[in-house]
Amino acid sequence: MSVLDIDSLEYSYVGHPVFEDITLSVGRGEVIGILGPNGCGKTTLLKNLNRNLTPHGGCVMVESEDIADMTKKAIAKKVAVVPQTNEIRFAFTAREVVTMGRLPFQESFRGESSEDLKIIEDAMVRTDVLKFADRHINTMSGGERQRVIIARAIAQTPKILLMDEPTLHLDISMQFEVLDLVHRLAKEKDITVVIVSHDLPMVVRYCDRIVMMHDRRIFAMGAPEEILTPENMRTVFDIEAELEKDPRSGKPVVRLYGSCKADASVTNK
Amino acid sequence: MAPLIFGEKMAMSKRSKVFWALAILAIIIVVAIYLDLSIYGTARLSPAEVWNALFDGGTGGVHTIVNQSLKRVIIGLFIGAALAVCGAVMQAVFRNPLASPYLLGLSSGASLGAAIAILFSVPFIPLGLTQPLLAFVFCLMTMFIVYTISKIGGDVRTETLILAGVAISSLFSAVVSFLTYVAPSDKMGDIVFWTMGSLSRIEWDEMAFVIPIIVAGILLMMTQMKNLNAMMLGDAHAMDLGVDVRKVRLFLLIVSSLVVAAAVAFVGAIGFVGLVIPHIFRLLLGPDNRYILPISAIGGGAFILLCDFLSRSFASYAGVLPIGVVTSIIGAPFFVYLLCRKKTEVGW
Repeated sequence: MSVLDIDSLEYSYVGHPVFEDITLSVGRGEVIGILGPNGCGKTTLLKNLNRNLTPHGGCVMVESEDIADMTKKAIAKKVAVVPQTNEIRFAFTAREVVTMGRLPFQESFRGESSEDLKIIEDAMVRTDVLKFADRHINTMSGGERQRVIIARAIAQTPKILLMDEPTLHLDISMQFEVLDLVHRLAKEKDITVVIVSHDLPMVVRYCDRIVMMHDRRIFAMGAPEEILTPENMRTVFDIEAELEKDPRSGKPVVRLYGSCKADASVTNK
Repeated sequence: MAPLIFGEKMAMSKRSKVFWALAILAIIIVVAIYLDLSIYGTARLSPAEVWNALFDGGTGGVHTIVNQSLKRVIIGLFIGAALAVCGAVMQAVFRNPLASPYLLGLSSGASLGAAIAILFSVPFIPLGLTQPLLAFVFCLMTMFIVYTISKIGGDVRTETLILAGVAISSLFSAVVSFLTYVAPSDKMGDIVFWTMGSLSRIEWDEMAFVIPIIVAGILLMMTQMKNLNAMMLGDAHAMDLGVDVRKVRLFLLIVSSLVVAAAVAFVGAIGFVGLVIPHIFRLLLGPDNRYILPISAIGGGAFILLCDFLSRSFASYAGVLPIGVVTSIIGAPFFVYLLCRKKTEVGW
């Protein structure tokens, strides 16, 4: 059963279409990666999925309910977002930030219920941020902050987790750590994860299914082995690359040879 | 490493910090109330005399004096609370350390209204009525103009709001300066005095109009404390957490403008309270608005009373100073001190 259904979604910015004709269904507990070069509208697409932006056509259904008919609060109860890691200037502690994940479930003057506290604690344990619960978020490194924001998203007890460039600004080992964590969450808690990224190798490693965006539309969609052919990667990313099987894990890995443009300049000489 | 009294090293829990802040504030506010009640011209009343006048009817003249001062103390507490809470809200909404209740040009708007009322007295209607009325109306009108300007091009962005506020504020200040310049000398003083504020001109019946607006406004703003926290992370963060940012922002702008308009209409534009008080508590307690809003309300009241006391303490040398002068003279250096001491943790 699909949790997220996107039907002929389109969005334009001051008259210029950013993306159009996006139709896609994502199942429960599935990790899906939306790949495309910079500026292909991936982030904008993600913002349309929780109505941070209002699409100009088509619709988004979460558990068969059109989000256009839902309040912001109702959407936030089902869809959590881990945005691109950006600075937070205020000295909120990690615990305070994670606690904000319960905001959609709370009344104005109520404090956290014991159930809220349990959810918050659990989210912090899973993301391993409990050890710096009282540190200020504006003094944290990019990786620590990212994990706190992920903990906040988990505390939202969402059905769907949207992640925008989750590996950006993280060192390589932290990239594995964060995506391992997300993958585990998806499988253990049945959370549907949509990752938007241009980080081809990481997305291939962790996503069940991949959507390739090109020229504002979905170019190809399917398992990495099926769609990441050398031809497709040439068209969409302008790179020479092919998929191989990792002898250790049996999973697909990308072998990158170089940019098509660089290749052309070499042959021209 | 330098010892940090309220730093992480002490691992003082937030609850105990808040407890201590409240306890200290309670003492300060009692002292401030006594001080401001005790001063009359060059005379000072003892605590016993103030107590008797308040609760046992007192003796003759003292009773009248304390009654006069009591008016000032009560309105001072509410004005201080109103300005400090509005300042805290504006700083959170705009994520801007320089935001104050007057950010959107509200004070210059109110000043313009007051100046017009003072200069062009309407026949048959007393100045005591037109001046607060015009100040109130101009204050709200300014907010409306600024918001409308920012709306051009569709989305209202916080940056555009601030810039529009600065522009309108400069324009209105210039007009007030012009009016002051051309005003006949007997009215010039009135305008100048109004723009700097005074607690002593308001009457009981006027307070009955102002205080309910302030109380209702503060309570309404407090319903948004958690949403404000999320908005401090960024508008996008807040939307992701289910906060209807546009709606909450507009709601808070309208409510805070009403509160500010009511607050300044009778006492004038008292500066620095709304800017400095929330910062002081944010430096001590962190940015969580669930603590900052209520505590700023108390702190703002105490601060205004202390400043009013000081403005009267020097009466024998310079006459009673406008309270706005004192709030700025006291507020600015204290603020600089706090900034230097905890620069890394301010977060702005």
